[in-house]
Amino acid sequence: MDRHPTRRSLLAAGAALPAAGLLAVAMVRPARAAAPATMEAAVREFVGEAAARQGRVKLEIPPLVENGNSVTLTVSVESPMTVTDHVKAIAVFNEKNPQPNVAVFTLSPRSGKAQVQTRIRLATSQKLVAVAQMSDGSFWQDSADVIVTLAACLED
Amino acid sequence: MAGALINVPKEIRRGEPFEIKTLVRHPMETGYRRGASGEEIPRDIVNRFTCAYNGQEIFSADLFPAIAANPFISFFTVATESGELVFTWTDDAGKAQTETVKITVA
Repeated sequence: MDRHPTRRSLLAAGAALPAAGLLAVAMVRPARAAAPATMEAAVREFVGEAAARQGRVKLEIPPLVENGNSVTLTVSVESPMTVTDHVKAIAVFNEKNPQPNVAVFTLSPRSGKAQVQTRIRLATSQKLVAVAQMSDGSFWQDSADVIVTLAACLED
Repeated sequence: MAGALINVPKEIRRGEPFEIKTLVRHPMETGYRRGASGEEIPRDIVNRFTCAYNGQEIFSADLFPAIAANPFISFFTVATESGELVFTWTDDAGKAQTETVKITVA
């Protein structure tokens, strides 16, 4: 029966197409460039009701990078890393990549030292934020501004 | 996925934290790029990384498209005893790659 599309199925498909197109645009547009507000929302989702205070966290990234395709980023947190007082998680966020999240690292007292390093992509010059979740439920953060001369996501 | 590099110090002392550096070969396709004929290239990234020390998970990471291709992650752990470190990377396609490194704690 499905060898030839019926008039009804064609009409239905025709009606669905523009709607699907509109929906796709609506969904993709905000995602294409996470605005500062999107980053704040992502940070809010990570910290919940708590407030992230400045301090204890150190976010290290070169202030000026030539190539946004691979930028070394280091986050370290002042913590004795004992069973009673340790860093549970470190999350990194960005302002202007298509998505506000960069990575979430889960640590434990067995980490011994609260420091992680990775390499990230940067779509353009922007601000980065690192938030640490402590075992006592508090959150600490640090931010850094980066200038990118050659953006990621543009090359084919 | 194929090809992983893992670096641990030659000398590891009991009770002291040591750094573990890892890198796995993966394109980390963001899903935001378009191919030569304009079609969207589907997202394919390593979204999860874990490290277990003698069977107990000591570190994990949730990764997003902002992580550069061939994801590099370095972190620390306290040396407790000699044994095995097992690293697992899982990508969007559900493929997992596991690497094992034996360590000797002095």
